[in-house]
Amino acid sequence: MTPILSAANVSKHYGAIRAVDDVSFTVAPGEIFGVIGPNGSGKTTLFNCVLGQIRPDGGRVAFQDRDITGAGPLALSRLGIGRTFQSLQVFGGLTVRDNVIAAAQEHRGTLWSRLFAAPEIGLGAKADETLALFELAPHAGKLAGGLSYGQQKLLDMAMAFMADPALVMLDEPAAGVNPRLIEMIRQLLQRLNRERGTTFVVIEHNMDFVMALCQRIMVLAEGRVLAVGTPAEIRSNPAVLEAYLGA
Amino acid sequence: MRTALRIAALVAILAALIVAPQYLRNYGIYLLSLWSLFAIAAMGLNLTLGYAGQMSLAQAAFLGIGAYAVALLVKAGVPFWVGVPLATLVAFAVGLLLGFPALRVQHHYLAFATLGFNVLVYLAIRNEDWLTGGSMGIGQVMGFAGMPRPSIFGYSLRRGIDFYYLCLAMLCLSTLLVWLLLRSPWGRAFAALRDNPVRAESLAIDIRAYTLLAFAIGAGLAGFAGAFYAPLVQLFDPSPFGLLESLSLLLMVVVGGSGRFWGPHIGAALVLLLPHWLQALLPAWLGPPDQWYLFVFGIAVLVLLTWCPGGLLAIPDRLRARAQ
Ligand SMILES: Nc1ncnc2c1ncn2[C@@H]1O[C@H](COP(=O)(O)OP(=O)(O)O)[C@@H](O)[C@H]1O
Ligand SMILES: [Mg+2]
Repeated sequence: MTPILSAANVSKHYGAIRAVDDVSFTVAPGEIFGVIGPNGSGKTTLFNCVLGQIRPDGGRVAFQDRDITGAGPLALSRLGIGRTFQSLQVFGGLTVRDNVIAAAQEHRGTLWSRLFAAPEIGLGAKADETLALFELAPHAGKLAGGLSYGQQKLLDMAMAFMADPALVMLDEPAAGVNPRLIEMIRQLLQRLNRERGTTFVVIEHNMDFVMALCQRIMVLAEGRVLAVGTPAEIRSNPAVLEAYLGA
Repeated sequence: MRTALRIAALVAILAALIVAPQYLRNYGIYLLSLWSLFAIAAMGLNLTLGYAGQMSLAQAAFLGIGAYAVALLVKAGVPFWVGVPLATLVAFAVGLLLGFPALRVQHHYLAFATLGFNVLVYLAIRNEDWLTGGSMGIGQVMGFAGMPRPSIFGYSLRRGIDFYYLCLAMLCLSTLLVWLLLRSPWGRAFAALRDNPVRAESLAIDIRAYTLLAFAIGAGLAGFAGAFYAPLVQLFDPSPFGLLESLSLLLMVVVGGSGRFWGPHIGAALVLLLPHWLQALLPAWLGPPDQWYLFVFGIAVLVLLTWCPGGLLAIPDRLRARAQ
């Protein structure tokens, strides 16, 4: 089967810092793929190279059968790749409901046709369904900027799913969130993966979360791939233990 | 209930605006006409700045582009009612061009880029006197009576009161169109662009296109207002389209409440009318008017924006937040 996402020899250097150094990996359709590694190991930079936020110095990236190396974030989001950023990114001045509608409206019609479309552009029901799924329905009419951190985190994630993406890439979805919410996020992601077949690539620091969620995990250290394997394999890999616990 | 109340208030204000000329002299009617047109231009800036988050210090230049375009078209024999959409289109197109710097720079850099553009337009109008009459004014090329007032369905709008009703109707039309625009998906995309362009782009929102559109539509509204400004004042030179007037339009948006729908209407009223009211009220206590009223006005604006940076329309929110 063709991988849904593949990266080959991707590198990004900042002066002497090899933020991402010759990284290759593939993700199969329907997989939940974890990316872990100590702080500064290049996880976010790798995401940004894959998602067109920054241009890699070398290497190639493909989505399904398409070469997407150097494609910008706009083109990739149009292709059906959803993402979240490591920091919260919602539209603070819009209501929660408008945030999720904004997240999908550009996939409908053309720029011109959207000017004359109904305000909700046929996404009202989908928005309510998504907000219910992320337990945000009671806040639908509030300004997103006024929500608590955890709620904004959920909203940020809900937005990534509104356009029915085939692939969603999440940068630290459980960071700064309370344990009950972490558990809810894990179950939600697994459910979306099961019911919609959504493929996930997830960066995360919380080991319990990653081990419980992911089918395969890639470990980065100083920009290089240290290991790839199932949670059990990663847990018992001596090189990984050394990188995390220090030699 | 709240919507009903709002509609009732709107109808009452509109009714007041319709009967107001009965109680005003010519100058008062002229001021109300001016208010209608500046409210349209300020609505354009509110769209660009308040809703789409793009700094612009060139709104008066587009007012000027609209005014000169319609005057020169009429002089060339084009009917006024054809000249208005053409002048609007010219301002829209130039606004689109001004959007390109915004794709590269933001905030105070963008403020300076647009400021430079306003100076450029001002100098172009002033120096090309073979076309515009330069600093001698449009009368130089159009004849001493300047830009004629139009007629509509054979009914002449030469009288100030009739022309006021035209300006008011154009304000109502613009307000309706902007309201429709803002509640369309475009309005949502503009707000997304303002709040977080990086996130917007990751959600397939074409921030380049919306940035350009925000400038072009905002400029188009100013051009549209300018096309009626020309026959309102009839004789004009480049001075109302300079940097100071752009700052004044910015003040209208900010004082009313940037990113609030009725902000430009209220801001334009305050900035245009308050100085005149003060001028009429103050001399009784304070001596020569023209020395005092701008001073008092300046202090009032300073106090308002220090106490409530969100503008007049943010005051209820502020009071509610305090009560809690
Ligand atoms: N824009 C940048 N300029 C310079 N160095 C950077 C930049 N972005 C990231 N880095 C460096 O690259 C390395 C990897 O960073 P990052 O990808 O954010 O790591 P992680 O997400 O795994 O914590 C770090 O050493 C970081 O300091
Ligand atoms: Mg990171």
